[in-house]
Amino acid sequence: MPLLEVRNLTVTFDTASGPFKAVSGVDLSIEPNEIMAIVGESGSGKSVGMLAVMGLLPKSATVTADRLAFEGQDMLTMSSRARRRIIGREIAMIFQEPIASLNPCFTVGFQIGEMLKTHTSLSRGERHRRSVELLELVGMPEPERRLSAFPHQLSGGMSQRVMIAMAISCNPKLLIADEPTTALDVTIQAQILDLLVALKNETGMALALITHDMGVVAETADRVIVQYAGEQVERQQVAGLFSAPHHPYTEALLRALPERAIGNRLPAIPGVVPGQGDRPTGCVFNPRCPYSTEMCREVVPPHQPIELGRALCHYPRNTEKAAA
Amino acid sequence: MLRFLATRVGLLIPTFIGVSLVAFGFIRLLPGDPILIFAGEHGITPERYHQVAMQYGFDRPIWTQYFHYLGNLLHGDFGQSIVTRRPVLREFITLFPATLELSVCAIVFAVIIGVPAGVLAAVKRGSVVDQGLMGTALVGYSMPVFWWALLLVIFFSGILHWTPVSGRMDLLYFFKPVTGFMLIDSLLSGQKGAFTSAVSHLILPTIVLGTIPLAVIARQTRSAMLEVLGEDYVRTARAKGLSPFRVVGIHALRNALIPVITTIGLQVGMMMAGAILTETIFSWPGIGKWMVDSVFRRDYPVVQGGLILIAGIIMIVNLVVDLLYGLVNPRIRHR
Ligand SMILES: Nc1ncnc2c1ncn2[C@@H]1O[C@H](COP(=O)(O)OP(=O)(O)OP(=O)(O)O)[C@@H](O)[C@H]1O
Ligand code: SF4
Ligand SMILES: [Mg+2]
Repeated sequence: MPLLEVRNLTVTFDTASGPFKAVSGVDLSIEPNEIMAIVGESGSGKSVGMLAVMGLLPKSATVTADRLAFEGQDMLTMSSRARRRIIGREIAMIFQEPIASLNPCFTVGFQIGEMLKTHTSLSRGERHRRSVELLELVGMPEPERRLSAFPHQLSGGMSQRVMIAMAISCNPKLLIADEPTTALDVTIQAQILDLLVALKNETGMALALITHDMGVVAETADRVIVQYAGEQVERQQVAGLFSAPHHPYTEALLRALPERAIGNRLPAIPGVVPGQGDRPTGCVFNPRCPYSTEMCREVVPPHQPIELGRALCHYPRNTEKAAA
Repeated sequence: MLRFLATRVGLLIPTFIGVSLVAFGFIRLLPGDPILIFAGEHGITPERYHQVAMQYGFDRPIWTQYFHYLGNLLHGDFGQSIVTRRPVLREFITLFPATLELSVCAIVFAVIIGVPAGVLAAVKRGSVVDQGLMGTALVGYSMPVFWWALLLVIFFSGILHWTPVSGRMDLLYFFKPVTGFMLIDSLLSGQKGAFTSAVSHLILPTIVLGTIPLAVIARQTRSAMLEVLGEDYVRTARAKGLSPFRVVGIHALRNALIPVITTIGLQVGMMMAGAILTETIFSWPGIGKWMVDSVFRRDYPVVQGGLILIAGIIMIVNLVVDLLYGLVNPRIRHR
């Protein structure tokens, strides 16, 4: 049984200029102890999709899905109280802006301890010991002293370590990391990623890693989901994705990758992700796609079979190298 | 934190000098010769006039008068009332507990209702609850104090006979003031019903004096909460699986309180002004009524000393608020 199972997830925002579909028809399943990468340019709905799973979207969002289940329990129909026993304890999440994600008014010790207090029956002393242990685990120097530090006294990298310590404090089965390194210095980025992979191996949790960076995907992920303008355009094992991308968008991401990549950012593909109001008819990628035809501009493409990465395209690429 | 404290205390000195200058100068701009007014309809002989003027130092140049006055202030001498002949400071100390008791009740009333109302409005943003609460706050803020007081008196005292119209205590009860606070003294006196009487006398003045601060605090709390509720750390708190009560009441409110505390402090300062009106309406024997009476009697030393003392109180309140602000805001506390 997959840890997390999502079928046909759609998120619609109620905005001043009408409804806006930020995520449409996303399917995914995450198995225990695997790393699932979710890639795509800015605005492709990666964060919104995962926030929907966590139930963290604002009231202006309408979330629908055919199935949204954690370890077989249906999260769509359960009470919010039951949901809160999963959120935080079984599924934890860390965010892109670590400094802003910690509450400036409370100490590190309070914020970690609160998590333990909510989800475990540890005593005060045990919570303290566990907090020190967690900070050690995430490689925080002087863990005992850091417990009484306030967030503004920490650097970005240290804040992210605290966020990670807090997230893994109750041994979650799944950790969702939303671009955990984007806001950090390049040298710190690698350290944090290594830490996440090491923790995943040690604790046996699964990792859903949202990223811009195809290099990170190649190094860490087991499977990859490629999202574009709210649609899931391809889903593959990492090896297959790099050797035989089936969707033209994936192909474009990879083609621009190795030598020509600028910094750690996604390479530039001409054009931008369409936002609210300028979604094209037919295939959402057609204005930027080199293979686009009349058909692409008029007819919404179907999902190709699983052997072709369920590519959302009329003319999938590398069909001769379809996965077995 | 120490440096923060030192600068705040250091700022008090020039402020205080400024206030004393204004109080001193302003009084001298008021029309009416105090000696003539004091002499009343009988008039005064030129010799006697000269004698009194000498006694109060009115014959000397104004700067000499000021520095003399400032020197006395530093020794704790705020002068003497022309009318009662008692030291201004002594009168102030006797009357201040009444004002303090009323102000504390009013601010507690304003905070206890204003903060939760603001939080509720923010959480239910845009709903009927939000609109109702903020509409009410606006009405409360813009209502003329005098009219509002009359409405309350007519309804609760006139029609329902629930509350007394004026004063601090029923004449039935008599006891010596110990602390000057009726709520405490009435309990200490051990007389049955005295405490209830003190409470019932406090209710309407408290509501009248607390209404504007209540409205301001509610609106400020709402806007501070709205800002804070959109912050990343509130999302983190939700992601931790905390109850909505903890997310809003601890993680969000703790941050929203930082600007709200400043607002509360400002309102405490404004209350001194509000007290003048409220005390006059309800014949509340406090500083406000004392000041108004003294102005009508042209009792210079009292008005002058009273202004300075009130300003001093407001400065102390602001200092306390600044300290509190530092205490609730870790970014200032641990710099
Ligand atoms: N609360 C909201 N109300 C309206 N639209 C929203 C809201 N949150 C996100 N969106 C829109 O949804 C779309 C997807 O946003 P999302 O944050 O998921 O992108 P992303 O793939 O995570 O991008 P990034 O790499 O920049 O984080 C964007 O067009 C964004 O403007
Ligand atoms: S459907 Fe057409 S436009 Fe869209 S990705 Fe495929 S080839 Fe390109
Ligand atoms: Mg994002």
